[in-house]
Amino acid sequence: MRVVVDLNRCQGYAQCAFLAPDVFEIHGEEALLYKPRPDEAWRDDVVRAVTACPVQAILLDRSDEAVTAGEASDAR
Amino acid sequence: MPADGYLERLKREGRIVVVGASLAGLRAAETLRDEGFAGTLTMVGDEPYEPYDRPPLSKGVLLNRTTPDHTALPRRRALDADWRLGVAATGLDMAAKRVRLADGEELEYDRLLIATGVRARPWPHEREAELDGVFVLRTRDDATALQKRLTDGPRRVFVVGAGFTGSEIASACREREIAVTVAERGAAPLVGALGGVVGEVAAQLQRESGVDLRTGVMVTGLEGDSAGRVRTAHLSDGSSVEADVVVVSLGATRNTEWLTGSGLGAGPRGIACDAGCRAFDIRGIVTDDIFVAGDVARSPHPLFGYQFLSLEHWGNAVSQAETAAHNMLCKSVDRRPHMWVPAFWSSQFGVNIKSVGVPSMGTEILISQGSLAERRFVGVYGYQERVIGAVTFDQARWLPFYEHLIETTASFPPPFATVDRRPEGARPVPADFPDPSVPTHGPTVTLSGYSPADRRMTFTPGRH
Repeated sequence: MRVVVDLNRCQGYAQCAFLAPDVFEIHGEEALLYKPRPDEAWRDDVVRAVTACPVQAILLDRSDEAVTAGEASDAR
Repeated sequence: MPADGYLERLKREGRIVVVGASLAGLRAAETLRDEGFAGTLTMVGDEPYEPYDRPPLSKGVLLNRTTPDHTALPRRRALDADWRLGVAATGLDMAAKRVRLADGEELEYDRLLIATGVRARPWPHEREAELDGVFVLRTRDDATALQKRLTDGPRRVFVVGAGFTGSEIASACREREIAVTVAERGAAPLVGALGGVVGEVAAQLQRESGVDLRTGVMVTGLEGDSAGRVRTAHLSDGSSVEADVVVVSLGATRNTEWLTGSGLGAGPRGIACDAGCRAFDIRGIVTDDIFVAGDVARSPHPLFGYQFLSLEHWGNAVSQAETAAHNMLCKSVDRRPHMWVPAFWSSQFGVNIKSVGVPSMGTEILISQGSLAERRFVGVYGYQERVIGAVTFDQARWLPFYEHLIETTASFPPPFATVDRRPEGARPVPADFPDPSVPTHGPTVTLSGYSPADRRMTFTPGRH
């Protein structure tokens, strides 16, 4: 599970830190620190945090497609 | 002959190559697929890793909240791309529409997106740079190496350059109770990006946190011991500092060398493009099929007098990538200009610093809310009697309001009362930016005038 927060959008409402305290923490007055690859055990908490964020700043994986090198391009 | 047929074919079976597999490259690729591109998508990246997020490397990673290998970016969708990771692009043939790779492979394209970004500027003295214990911080590998060394418990860390990255590194060191000295050529930390008034607050934060901050000095040399481990940094004021870890934080160099001789308008300041992200060639003529996005791009901004801006900002990489990808697939009338209002953040010494607009264009600053002394304030920057930028220290929620002022070219100083206005905010003061001709660590916004190419051309009017 991969997470990124758009910290330009984040305004420090801290809903994520209440709902998924193992993943998100407020550092100082309003800066956010978070674990970008949370343990799968916290998935439900993270999903709740994504939903609750008043500025919708949290992006959670929508695909777990693996990165693979393609065939050499001359095969096309 | 309508071009629609071509665009339909391009979407159905075209070949798009994205050079640069970081934030901008990834978001562009996702947008291409979102907008119906069903052809061959090839992602080229010089690092052996799938796209990852860099901001945590100087914050959460150094604070031991996460590790460099846990920073891969989440995906908005599946890409069905061919990845060439750990292989740098080495050349471009614009006539043949081919990109050459370091392993000899050549990739043909119908559309090319260049998002090769920047790299950390290394310590200029090669032998000193190779000393054990000398680091830069830009990549996952850099972060892994520095993180390990900080965990080993260095006696003192020496940071060269007090821009955002250097200041964040110093902040992490103090939070871990590691002794740290910061040397900055300018008068204060962050002075290139935010000016001297705000820079002075940053300097106080550092000193109160126990940073040994030296401003107005240059590092003249790094000295190692007989085993090749860095030991001493020598400064221009004649002093020297004993340190077993040195982090060189002197800004970034644009990754454009691979385009040398290609005919594309690429140089040390990046790659110039039009407002729709299409790259210029060295003659200042816009190309049809080559687009740029992210840190490597220089694009004219309608809100800022069409000045060419290079922005080393996370948000710019995302926004410009989305715009470039959209424009790669559509008719010229359906293209969009890249109109993103610059914005960035930094957290250091317990304070959340955020900014919108282009503070470094500002000549004056007004503390419109809160107080510098409290380290909790809004600073508004003015340029030619309009609001051009804003910065907040622990006041992020006010920023969208100021963004609106910038977007609507509101007058400066703001003619209305603001919440929590103090006497110090009664009138503007000079923003106190350093002379741009005197290098500091380099701001993250570079204004580079109107020349779309690094080669000068002279216009000679005809005689009557």
